[in-house]
Amino acid sequence: MKRFVLILMLLASPLAAVEPDEVLSDPVLEQRARELSKGLRCLVCRNESIDESNASLAKDLRLLLRERLVEGDSDTEAVDFIVARYGEYVLLNPTRGGANWILWWAGPIMLLLAGGAGMLYVRGRSRANAPQDAGLSDEEAQKLRDILSK
Amino acid sequence: MTTQLCANGARRAKHLRLFDLPIVIGSTAFRAYIARMITELGHFALLLAFGVALVQMIVPMIGAAKGWPGWMAVAEPAAGVQFLLIAASFGALTWAFITSDFSLAVVVSNSHSMKPMLYKISGTWGNHEGSMLLWVLIVALFGAMAAWFGGQLPASLRARVLSVQASIGVAFMAFILLTSNPFDRMVVPPFDGQDLNPLLQDPGLAFHPPFLYLGYVGLSMAFSFAVAALIEGRVDAAWGRWVRPWTLAAWVFLTIGIALGSWWAYYELGWGGFWFWDPVENASFMPWLLAAALLHSAIVVEKREALKSWTILLAILAFGFSLIGTFIVRSGLLTSVHAFANDPDRGIFILGIMAFFMGGALILYSLRAGAMEAKGVFGLVSRESALVLNNLLLAVSCFVVFVGTMWPLLAEMFFDRKLSVGPPFFDAAFTPFMVLLGLALPVGSSMAWKRASLKRALYPLRYVFVVAVAIGGLAWAMQTGRSLIGPVGMFLGAWILMGVVVDLLQRTGRGPNRLRRLFRLPGADWGKATAHAGLGITMVGIAGIYAWTVEDIRVAQIDVPFEVFGYEMTLRSVTKENGPNYVSTTAVIDVVRDGEFVATLAPEKRFYPVAQMPTTEAAIHQNAKRDLYLVIGDEQVGGGWAVRTYVKAMTTWIWIGCALMALGGIFSLFDRRFRVAVGARKRADAPVPAE
Repeated sequence: MKRFVLILMLLASPLAAVEPDEVLSDPVLEQRARELSKGLRCLVCRNESIDESNASLAKDLRLLLRERLVEGDSDTEAVDFIVARYGEYVLLNPTRGGANWILWWAGPIMLLLAGGAGMLYVRGRSRANAPQDAGLSDEEAQKLRDILSK
Repeated sequence: MTTQLCANGARRAKHLRLFDLPIVIGSTAFRAYIARMITELGHFALLLAFGVALVQMIVPMIGAAKGWPGWMAVAEPAAGVQFLLIAASFGALTWAFITSDFSLAVVVSNSHSMKPMLYKISGTWGNHEGSMLLWVLIVALFGAMAAWFGGQLPASLRARVLSVQASIGVAFMAFILLTSNPFDRMVVPPFDGQDLNPLLQDPGLAFHPPFLYLGYVGLSMAFSFAVAALIEGRVDAAWGRWVRPWTLAAWVFLTIGIALGSWWAYYELGWGGFWFWDPVENASFMPWLLAAALLHSAIVVEKREALKSWTILLAILAFGFSLIGTFIVRSGLLTSVHAFANDPDRGIFILGIMAFFMGGALILYSLRAGAMEAKGVFGLVSRESALVLNNLLLAVSCFVVFVGTMWPLLAEMFFDRKLSVGPPFFDAAFTPFMVLLGLALPVGSSMAWKRASLKRALYPLRYVFVVAVAIGGLAWAMQTGRSLIGPVGMFLGAWILMGVVVDLLQRTGRGPNRLRRLFRLPGADWGKATAHAGLGITMVGIAGIYAWTVEDIRVAQIDVPFEVFGYEMTLRSVTKENGPNYVSTTAVIDVVRDGEFVATLAPEKRFYPVAQMPTTEAAIHQNAKRDLYLVIGDEQVGGGWAVRTYVKAMTTWIWIGCALMALGGIFSLFDRRFRVAVGARKRADAPVPAE
């Protein structure tokens, strides 16, 4: 319970996210910083980006990111810089490398498989004979003949 | 009882006279005694309900297998009694919260005597133990409803359905009694409680959990029907008709519950996000997607006797995802902002329940599903095929959400990688399915059953398509960025909405009295139109908020106007105010646009001293085009206050769309053919002449 309260405290701080004194004077650079920080996880919060979080660690990361950008890093360089220090866990947008291909391709592959199965089913249904058209089975026909011949 | 009462109360056991009674009743000791009694009775009622549920699980199942009517008949009264007992138990717990009975551990950790009454009541389910009790209450409620209104069901099917439903109740009551008993006492009751988490002290969130549970647990009914049908070995059109109202009701509740939660997050968390792809949100979204698929495929079973085994599988999986959701929330396996009362023991217990029900049902399914022969024959292009496509897209998109939710766990277990899967992944991987769904919807929903012609389905939509593309193009031309989300969303919204109108018009045919015929359309047709329109509108809202949100952060000085996105704003005052159990910092901001007064907005931040927690209360000015969203921040060192402004396009439409989807479900629920299925209302309907 305590952890829950702690987590929520971090989550619901009075003014979420970026504070006025952090904002860079160059609007283009600031915009880039905002976009990048939306993809970086606040490490002490649960499932929040540093852009949304008010935790002090998130603020440190935002400042660090802005520092890198001011020093002329490209987007990827700045993010790599942070990943090198905090690990892959910091990326909200998982990379496509290694085993992550399973994650990224799970949807499309499943769609193909399910689409194939669905197609087979629909085709099967469209070729099947409707039971009401199938006429009488041999047994039924025999029965009918028996009844009629009586 | 009298002696004990008096010993506790007036201490005049031997000379109690009639006129002493008011003194006795008025005494604190007497009230404490009654409160204790009520709590103990509540605990006892829960134990009794567990026993009744055991009987309801075993006896009717044997009765149905052996064909003994007397044994089968046990199910109906048992379901009613079980529900009443759990309701009494839940009532007792609510009473403990209302009277702030701090001898109960759960009341101590989740309530406070100063809390407003509404949140004392909602505190009953604002915690793990109480919410589990609400969960079993709803399981029993659905069981009792099936018992009371299920008169039309064949006796053996009804007995089996109620038995399966009771087994779910048994499992979760055992969970409550063994791992999370809300009636656990404190050894030394404290003077006051620790207060309910302030985030939960909000009207939106007070009713978010009950709706969500009604939805989750409503799917247990579909599950019970599916398992009963598998045991019975028969699935026919009637089964499709019986299972659909329950699925519809569950889906409507889920829709309302999810929308309430998202609306709450939007105005309460202070940055105007409405969906975070958090594991717990996903846990409610996955059953929603599958329930949506299920209520569409049940139509095919009902009307065409096809897709039977798939529908059964969906019914099992939809409830399975409800269980997964419970597991995610309660176990703390996937860390989430929502996770509450994380406890590995509880997690393992729920995992056991999940393994039992899913494993059992899927084994049964694999043994019996093959015997279910599809009867309906339909062409490649037909309403049936369109509904197969609908199911395909909904089920695969649910799978994507599932993989994304579980991947951090899987990657750590199997690949030793500690990583995160956040909103960017879900936005990229999930959205395409919804775009496809939106594209196909107007075409598929206007197709004829059995054998349709694509040309004939597309032909009436030709103008609609052109206009929708034009609207999308206009959005593209008018926006500043190069984002596709906005224009695609506008196109889809227009395409679906106008498609709905065309479909309605087609249904009424040509000739006089068209309007009258329009209003005479069956509830299911109106339900379909309303729900589909709701989906289109929600898509517009989501695209708008994603594509065209602008944000400004600045320090505002009192009475010094500043301009943001064409709005002239003035911070008039910032005052401290006292609420019932919090202190609030309230700002007053005047908003003017083009010389015209728009609104005076009062964003707040609150601090709850007992829980030591701050919350934000954003001030929002809404209209059809945009939400103006203001948040007040901290006082700055150099004077002035941090003020955050968002202008979020189209946002209101998200929730209007959700409300329409739920309303559509309700319309369908009141369709005449379900009333026949429900049975109990049949007599009331009888005097109405046939049309």
